[in-house]
Amino acid sequence: MGELRLMKGNEAMAEAAIRAGMDAYFGYPITPQSEVLEYLTREAYNRTQCTVLQAESEIASINMVYGAAGAGARVWTSSSSPGISLMQEGLSYIAGAELPCLIANINRGGPGLGTIQPSQGDYFQSVKGGGHGDYRLIVLAPATVQEMADFVQDGWDLADKYRNPVLILADGALGQMMEKVELRDQIERGTRATPSWATTGKTADRDRNFVTSLFIKPEEMEQVNLRLQEKYKLIEANEIRVQEMETEDADFVIVAYGLSARIGHKVMEIMRAEGIKVGLIRPITLWPYPYATVAKAADHVKGFLSLELNAGQMVEDVRLAVNGRCPVGHYGRMGGIIPSPEEVVEVIKDMYSKIQ
Amino acid sequence: MEKSMQEIEHHHDEMNIVCERPSTLLDARMHYCPGCGHGVAHRILMEAVEELGIQEQTIGVAPVGCSVFAYLYMNVDMQEAAHGRATAVATGIKRCFPDKYVYTYQGDGDLAAIGTGETVHTVNRGENILIVFINNAIYGMTGGQMAPTTLIHQKTSTTPYGREASFMGNPLKITELLAQLPGAFYVTRQAVNTPVNVRRAKKALLNGLKYQKLNKGTCLVEIVSNCPTNWGMKPVQANEWLVENMLPYYPLGDMKVPSKEDIENA
Amino acid sequence: MAKVRGDISIDIENCKGCELCVVACPQNAMALAKDINKQGYHYAVLVEDVCTGCTNCSLVCPDAVITVYREDKKTGEKVPVAEVRNVTGDIRITVGAEEEAEG
Repeated sequence: MGELRLMKGNEAMAEAAIRAGMDAYFGYPITPQSEVLEYLTREAYNRTQCTVLQAESEIASINMVYGAAGAGARVWTSSSSPGISLMQEGLSYIAGAELPCLIANINRGGPGLGTIQPSQGDYFQSVKGGGHGDYRLIVLAPATVQEMADFVQDGWDLADKYRNPVLILADGALGQMMEKVELRDQIERGTRATPSWATTGKTADRDRNFVTSLFIKPEEMEQVNLRLQEKYKLIEANEIRVQEMETEDADFVIVAYGLSARIGHKVMEIMRAEGIKVGLIRPITLWPYPYATVAKAADHVKGFLSLELNAGQMVEDVRLAVNGRCPVGHYGRMGGIIPSPEEVVEVIKDMYSKIQ
Repeated sequence: MEKSMQEIEHHHDEMNIVCERPSTLLDARMHYCPGCGHGVAHRILMEAVEELGIQEQTIGVAPVGCSVFAYLYMNVDMQEAAHGRATAVATGIKRCFPDKYVYTYQGDGDLAAIGTGETVHTVNRGENILIVFINNAIYGMTGGQMAPTTLIHQKTSTTPYGREASFMGNPLKITELLAQLPGAFYVTRQAVNTPVNVRRAKKALLNGLKYQKLNKGTCLVEIVSNCPTNWGMKPVQANEWLVENMLPYYPLGDMKVPSKEDIENA
Repeated sequence: MAKVRGDISIDIENCKGCELCVVACPQNAMALAKDINKQGYHYAVLVEDVCTGCTNCSLVCPDAVITVYREDKKTGEKVPVAEVRNVTGDIRITVGAEEEAEG
């Protein structure tokens, strides 16, 4: 058993990153994720002599990540919604140049400067695009502080496996809440193999390496896109993660990720106690999305509710999966307001009565 | 008079080569317009890398602009950065691999307009990199629009009646500005319009690369260059215009040089 | 007088005829050819056998197509006035005037 600690989600991520053998972190303060940079500047260099740098902006941060990743480093950054918006150009370049790295978004409410309270309003930005061009981020959605820690190393491993950026999409509540977390052992820095494509300096035994997302010839650009799409298909085939709870006998299923899934779980318990067979599907990867799991449940349930801290974003993917076979509702609160299980129970009861 | 190739090559066997394309410059035809200063700047930068024997430790960063394809010509490992972000990319590389020689190669739009923030903060942190800054007072790749360094009354496709300070601001002397920062270690402005200036510019680039080993701060070599195509001139005429118009506003010379102690204590 | 004897070779197919070398040559020994290369440019050639190998042309050349040679004092052979490289077959080049150059 690994070391147990009581930690904030943001700190757990930072600690996990040090232990996963991070080479570098570049970031910029923004509430509610500033603890990441604070923790790392306090801890990281002293322990593993890795690089931690406070950049002048999120734009600089993500481009520092690009440079470090291109040179073969295990690198990451973190921010919250407005900062992640600023990073979208860089993320598109990183995806285009196929650089492995990790980004954490501790989602706060928007649009605009919005609020510093938790939100899931960045679902579209995370899974449907964000930046320009045809690309995908692998998106991991933790629901516990434990997962926030675990997904750091898992995310980097996925990033390396597919040469693709990986996004951890959490929210302000998960970032700030304290929970027990079991930490993995320290991986020694430098034990990860340097990728052969990285710009480490041209030696006599190989041609120069260059990292670019520029392919000016249409035929070449199309081939690059086709190759990317092949890669994304492979990821969809291999890397979907989803948690199903009591869906087998369920008459109604809540679909929720991250913080909402914790509420959804409580709702399920309350309603099961009242004799209504409610199940829960928790997508852990938001891209690739567990369409098949939702579709399978649609074979026998009477309805779905997509429970989100937004105005209705993931519900589109649930509807895609269900494909009209039964009603799919959405319930969400915004502005940093977290719905109580009781209010969700009422929503489901109302919806359920209409279905029957 | 006609001579066959064989006849000529035979003669050259007995002579010493005193100047040739450096091995660090790939044998590719550059896409630059006839007479463009980028070609000279590329060559002398690569000559400097060759002479220092640091090809294996050098990582370059290309910008967005005409030199976006620099990595097709420079035979060193390179990364292509987003517009304006070259020094942030270089920071990421250098911070993780401080033993490498890292340089950026950027135009005026990239460095002094969209990338001003990154440029200022990179120099302010004193990142141990070389910034090669090509200033030709115009946006080349996009077709001759106003640059931050476009001169007053200079006509561009977006200042068709000439740049007016009251409306578009003044040409930005960003190199002078950056030289004020404590993080700047070596700052100089050069040109590549004459043989003498090419020699000086190359010397500056050699220094800018070499000084990285001192870990004393950022080296910045501005190269005042031309853009015959978008200036609407023949190359020879463009270089004359450069002397008459660019150099009075952007005077050549060192703005910040290391002290003797800086170099000796290294 | 005992001038240093030099020579240049020009990769004419990659020359873009910008004429900067012509202006930079202190001996006025260079010109643009009447012919054009495959890119369509009037390429640079050495037209006077007075090259000193000063390297000025090569220094200002944006396309790095000029190689400069300087005479090896031991042999003292008379030098050619132009050369092409990186071209195949039997290309011959015509250089400016049928000159006078005895050096």
